[in-house]
Amino acid sequence: MKNSAMIFVPLLLLASLVLASDNIATLRGGPINEEVQPPKIAEVENKDIKRVRNYPMQPPTIPHTVRDYRVDLNSNKCLSCHSRKQTGQSQAPMVSVTHYMDRDGNFLADVSPRRYFCQQCHVVQTNAPSLVGSDFKDIDQLLSEEK
Amino acid sequence: MFEKIKKYWTTASSPSKHFSLGFLTLGGFAMGLIFWGGFNTAMEFTNTEAFCTGCHEMRENVYEELQYTIHFSNRSGVRAKCSDCHVPHEWTDKIARKMQASKEVWGKIFGTINTREKFLEKRLHLAQNEWARLKANDSLECRNCHDFDYMDFTKQSKRASYQHSTSLASGDKTCIDCHKGIAHELPDMSGVPGWDDVAAATE
Repeated sequence: MKNSAMIFVPLLLLASLVLASDNIATLRGGPINEEVQPPKIAEVENKDIKRVRNYPMQPPTIPHTVRDYRVDLNSNKCLSCHSRKQTGQSQAPMVSVTHYMDRDGNFLADVSPRRYFCQQCHVVQTNAPSLVGSDFKDIDQLLSEEK
Repeated sequence: MFEKIKKYWTTASSPSKHFSLGFLTLGGFAMGLIFWGGFNTAMEFTNTEAFCTGCHEMRENVYEELQYTIHFSNRSGVRAKCSDCHVPHEWTDKIARKMQASKEVWGKIFGTINTREKFLEKRLHLAQNEWARLKANDSLECRNCHDFDYMDFTKQSKRASYQHSTSLASGDKTCIDCHKGIAHELPDMSGVPGWDDVAAATE
């Protein structure tokens, strides 16, 4: 037992070293001891054109830049256009009614605290190339393939 | 008392006994230059960033917050310093603002905002002062750089060009009405027109 452990542990270490040198640097694009050229910072799309949702429950993506939009205890820049009260003058889409519900489905007077931090679900889109591929198909595509 | 004033007046109104007319004129002119130049140089110094951030109240609060905004760091490297936005450029308005700033000297001496907590407590009040000032002068300090006449709406986003060609163009709104908190963090905005009552949402 003791003998096998003495062989097994160094073997394991060696194996993990080999694996590490093979795989870890892949996303980084270079060996660990070298500074690699970072990719260019992507530009945020600012076209104000609604994007199609991939499925009905998907939080819609933000079609404009949100640089320096503060969302904290003091102020919420997003709500200064998208809240129920402000949509009249901003003509922005109102945050959906689900944002005014607590988790038991009761309606509140204002946006629910658990829905307050917009960018937990809603994000801007950039022109960055996707890091990994996706074989996502939306429901219509799936249904048509079934036929 | 009256006698004394009369004596000074007689001295001031009678011709000089010892100094030549040339000396007095040229000397007066030179002294005027030195005084005026010195005055303006000193005032110019109070407009520098080094002066503004000389106090920890400014350096550690508002100056710190400014640095990640577009008015400090951006692609073209044109940036605003404190006085660009907070002090009028025209001389008379500038003097008026500088005189108001004596209150700030008072605040410095008595430590009105000498801790972060005190500063946060006062932030709404301080911000409201600036909003009111910019509202009253039609956002003059913004317009020193952002001239409405030269705005190219086609280069703006759809929303921006809509707002600027309607509310701003008609004079109904001025820059500060919408662009609050663009260079510094905001105070609690509950009750400020155009902002949602955050306290109600987060309670």
